[in-house]
Amino acid sequence: MAEITVVAELTAAVWKIEAAPGTRVAEGDTLVILESMKMEIPVMAPADGMVLAVLVAEGDQIEEGQAVATLVA
Amino acid sequence: MIGPVLIANRGEIACRIAATCRRLGIPTVAVHSDADATALHVAAADAAERIGPPRPLDSYLSIPAILDAARRSGARAVHPGYGFLSENADFAEACAAAGLVFIGPPAAAIRAMGGKAAAKEVARRAGVPALPGYDGADQSPERLAAEAARIGFPVMIKAVAGGGGRGMRRAASAEEFPAALAAAQREAAAFGNTAVLLEKLVASARHIEVQVFADAAGGVVHLGERDCSPQRRNQKLVEESPAPGMDGALRAELGRRATALARQVGYVGAGTVEFVADASQPLAAERIWFIEMNTRLQVEHPVTEMVTGLDLVEWQLRIAAGEALPLAQDQVALAGHAVEARLCAEDPARNFLPSPGRIAALRLAEPGPGLRVDAGVRAGDTLTPFYDPMIAKVIAHAPTRAEALERLATALESCAAEGVRLNAAFLARVLRSADMQAGGVDTRFLEDFRARDAAARSAA
Repeated sequence: MAEITVVAELTAAVWKIEAAPGTRVAEGDTLVILESMKMEIPVMAPADGMVLAVLVAEGDQIEEGQAVATLVA
Repeated sequence: MIGPVLIANRGEIACRIAATCRRLGIPTVAVHSDADATALHVAAADAAERIGPPRPLDSYLSIPAILDAARRSGARAVHPGYGFLSENADFAEACAAAGLVFIGPPAAAIRAMGGKAAAKEVARRAGVPALPGYDGADQSPERLAAEAARIGFPVMIKAVAGGGGRGMRRAASAEEFPAALAAAQREAAAFGNTAVLLEKLVASARHIEVQVFADAAGGVVHLGERDCSPQRRNQKLVEESPAPGMDGALRAELGRRATALARQVGYVGAGTVEFVADASQPLAAERIWFIEMNTRLQVEHPVTEMVTGLDLVEWQLRIAAGEALPLAQDQVALAGHAVEARLCAEDPARNFLPSPGRIAALRLAEPGPGLRVDAGVRAGDTLTPFYDPMIAKVIAHAPTRAEALERLATALESCAAEGVRLNAAFLARVLRSADMQAGGVDTRFLEDFRARDAAARSAA
């Protein structure tokens, strides 16, 4: 059991939370959808696991490298 | 003539509109959100008004904020640019109600062309062939199968209430149709409406559009076409005029269709009539269908300006001031070939991931004969996540297509930025690719090329 922190690839706004804490996810599943420069950018699970926490809320402005969610894999 | 003109936009298009106004002696008023207080477009205008916080909904999309800015500044006319409120009929009406000249078509024309179904109905009345389809109330599987056969396979089945690719299925044959229909209807049910529509699927398509202009007295002309097939995420990245493979007779036919549509809706001002063409065969009138009309100036209007030698913003201002069209159809002459590329802060190697940030240094191509650069930012500016990633449009014009492509590729190779990723070198490779050099690429070409390009570069 490893805890993984998933970070944002770029400065963006949080558009939609797709996976609530407790959700089982597969590698590549969308956790959160960001919006930046008129584009939607999915933040995807880097591995199979379970969502431990979502660290952002819809509408938040976040920075590149900011933690978005944690998983246990 | 008209003015002062409030420019209800930002970035390169606001700068470009201000440049023509300045040449014509028309005072301009810029508007800006808090994120844009020191932006290039503010410096390009004679005066500036703050309209709100960075979020577009609170500023560039806020009708009350923009009308307030117009009242405070004493503006008499509003140019909406493209995007934001440019195709918002309520905004056009609100301007008129506030005593401002809206530099664009009448609200009724914006509404008539606003929805795809409504626009298709306009096309039917104007006798212009639209992409064959069925959007009738009879949703029985038998009727839908019969309509699909009439349209001809392959067909696309789309949930009327769908979006984002959900509720969409392709059926390549009558045998595949029942299963594809059931799947589309299942997904459509999630939107609370199982109704579907059918559309002819053009598997390999080119995007070809015709620039039209109309005046208040009913005069309508077209200024030739643009081929905007190289796209990523359904957004254009490279545009050119003339379209490869277009001859005078076909141009005249598409011009006839485009001007017929404009007349049908009582159009006034600048507009673009978009068509889809079958890319699997040479261009031919019977394989080109109307899809929609954009009731505004387009991003890619400079390629038309380069081949016609005209200033389309000047035409918009003159027509909004009540003047007649400056030229009749037989006075419009096209010369040479023009190509435009959209220079964006994005990373093609990471599937065009946007690259917001502060532009520490910026070198753009040097404008000169046959080379135009329409920039919206300068070194030191910060590209925020709130707005689109376009930094500049670079446009080349030359006697032949091959020379124009080469001139543009060379110009793009001279562009560089520090602090943000730029797609300049990628665009130069696109222009030098064998497919682009041959001409007539389809709308999937650019994303296919990106994948091949990324693979080749990681292998190298």
